[in-house]
Amino acid sequence: MARMVQIENVGVSFDTRNGAFVALRDINLTVEEGEVVSLIGHSGCGKSTLLNLIAGLNLPTDGVLLCNGREIAGPGPERAVVFQNHSLLPWLTCFDNVYLAVERVFGRKEGQAKLKARTKAALAMVHMDHAEHKYPSEISGGMKQRVGIARAFAMEPKILLMDEPFGALDALTRASLQDELMNVMEETGATVVMVTHDVDEAVLLSDRIVMMTNGPAATIGEILKVDLPWPRERLKLAHDPKFVDYRAALLEFLYQKQLRKAA
Amino acid sequence: MTAAALTGDNLEAPPAAPPRKAAARIAALPAAEAPPARPRMPLGRRLEPFFKATIPPLLGVALLLGIWYVATLKSVSLPGPDKVWTEAVKLFSDPFYRNGPNDQGIGWNVLSSLKRVGIGFGFAALVGIPLGFLIGRFAFLARMVEPIISLLRPVSPLAWLPIGLLAFQKADPAATWTIFICSIWPMIINTAVGVQRVPQDYMNVARVLALSEWKIVTRILFPAVLPYMLTGIRLSISTAWLVIVAAEMLTGGVGIGFWVWDEWNNLKVESIVIAIFVIGIVGLTLEQALLLLAKRFDYQ
Repeated sequence: MARMVQIENVGVSFDTRNGAFVALRDINLTVEEGEVVSLIGHSGCGKSTLLNLIAGLNLPTDGVLLCNGREIAGPGPERAVVFQNHSLLPWLTCFDNVYLAVERVFGRKEGQAKLKARTKAALAMVHMDHAEHKYPSEISGGMKQRVGIARAFAMEPKILLMDEPFGALDALTRASLQDELMNVMEETGATVVMVTHDVDEAVLLSDRIVMMTNGPAATIGEILKVDLPWPRERLKLAHDPKFVDYRAALLEFLYQKQLRKAA
Repeated sequence: MTAAALTGDNLEAPPAAPPRKAAARIAALPAAEAPPARPRMPLGRRLEPFFKATIPPLLGVALLLGIWYVATLKSVSLPGPDKVWTEAVKLFSDPFYRNGPNDQGIGWNVLSSLKRVGIGFGFAALVGIPLGFLIGRFAFLARMVEPIISLLRPVSPLAWLPIGLLAFQKADPAATWTIFICSIWPMIINTAVGVQRVPQDYMNVARVLALSEWKIVTRILFPAVLPYMLTGIRLSISTAWLVIVAAEMLTGGVGIGFWVWDEWNNLKVESIVIAIFVIGIVGLTLEQALLLLAKRFDYQ
C-alpha cells in the first residue's frame, strides 16, 4: 500500500515569555492509504496540534510532513477536515455549505448539474438529504456534524482529518454517527486520521491507535494495531475478547502509564 | 430614546400572541360542544397580557401630558398640549405647500433633512465600510489609522461645519458634510471590529477549502460582518439625525432644523414643540426600521 502521510522527526514549540515551550517532539508516523488511524491521549497532549499539522493549519518548527510524497506547506482541499464544532457557515443552507466545498474542488472541471448531484449524493450518504434547504440553526447538533462529514467527504479528499468529530454529542447520537461514519468509510475506502479521547470509539473505528504521552513535550507513546475484521458491528464486538483486550490496553496506557497528576 | 424604544418593543411583541390564540380557541368552542359547563378563563385573565403590554406606555404618555398641562397652565409664553394640538392639526392639514424658499410646509422640511442625512450617510457608508474592512483585515493599517480615529471621533461634527462651508462655498453641501463626518466613525469602527471578530473556525474552513480571496469576502467575511455593519449603520443614522437639526440651524435653507429656528424667530413656540415630536418620531422610525433589518440578518 502507498504511503499517504509521512511524518518525520516533527516537533512544535512556541516562543513564550518564559522561553520556548515544546508542545510536540520527535513525532514519527506513517499513515498508509485506506488506513484509519486514531490519535488518543489526555487533553493537552497535542493530539489536535498534530492533526492541525497534517491539515496544514499549523506548521512544524522541526521536521517535515509529507502528503502523497509532497511537503505539507499549508491547508488544501485534498486534506479535508471535520471540525469538532462542525463549523458550518450559519448563513448558508446545508446544501450550500456542502456545495461551497464541492464547487471549490470540482467547479473547474464539471458543470453545475454535476456539482449539484455530487452535493445531493454527499448529503444522502449521511441521511441528511431531507434537510438540505434548512439552515444550521434549524437542525440538531448531530445533524450539523453529519453535514460537516458530508462536506468533507464530498470533496473526495485523499485523506480525511477529524478532530474529535463526535466530542460534542450525546452518547446515543455519537453511536449512531459512528455507525454511519463506518458505512461511509467502507463505501469510500477513505484514509482517515482522527483525534479522539473516547476509548471505545478509537477501538471501534481504527486500524491503528496512536497513544500519545502527556504534554508538554508530548510524543508518541505506543501504537496499537487493531486487528478486527471490517465491517465491524458494535454489539458483536462488545463481547469479542480481542476488542476487550484492545480496550484494556488503551485504558492501561491512559490511566496507569500516563496518569495525570492532579488532572 | 433608544432605551424607551427597546423596552416598548419587548413589552409589546411577546404578549401580543396569547390573546389572539385564546380568542381562536373560544371561537372554535361553540361548534364543537355545548359551552355552559366549560370552565372558561375569566375575561380579565385573558386580556391580562394585552393590558400589561399597553397600559404602562399609555400611562407614561398620559403622565407626560399631565405634567406638561399643569406646568404650562399659568404660563403665557409656553403653550399647553391643547394649543399645540390645535396648531398641529392646522400644520398637518397642508404639509406640502411652498411659499418661496423660506416658507414651506413641514413635510418639505422633514424630507429635505432626510435627504441631507441620506446623502451624507450614503457617502459615509461608501467610504467607511470598505475602510473598516481593510482596517479589520490588516493589523498594520489598523495601528496606522487608530490614533487618527481616536483623535477625531470625539470632536463634535459641528466643528467641521466651517471647513465644509469653506470647501464647498455653499450651505447645503456643508450640512451634508457634517453628516458625513459624524456617520463615518461608527461605520468604520463597527465594520473593523466585525471583521476582527469573524470566528477562527470559519476562517479555518476557508483555509482548508483554499477559497479564493473573492469567495472569502463574499461567502464568509461579508455575511459574518453584516450584523456588526448594521449596528454601525444604526448608530450612524441615529447620530446623523441628531446632528442634522443643529447643522441646519446654522446653515439655514429648507430643513427641520432651520424650521425650528425660523419658528423661534417668529416666536411660534407651538411649532417648536411640534417639531420636537416630529424629530422624535422620525428618529424612532429610522431606528426601528434598522432594528428590523438587523433581525433579518441575525443568524444565531
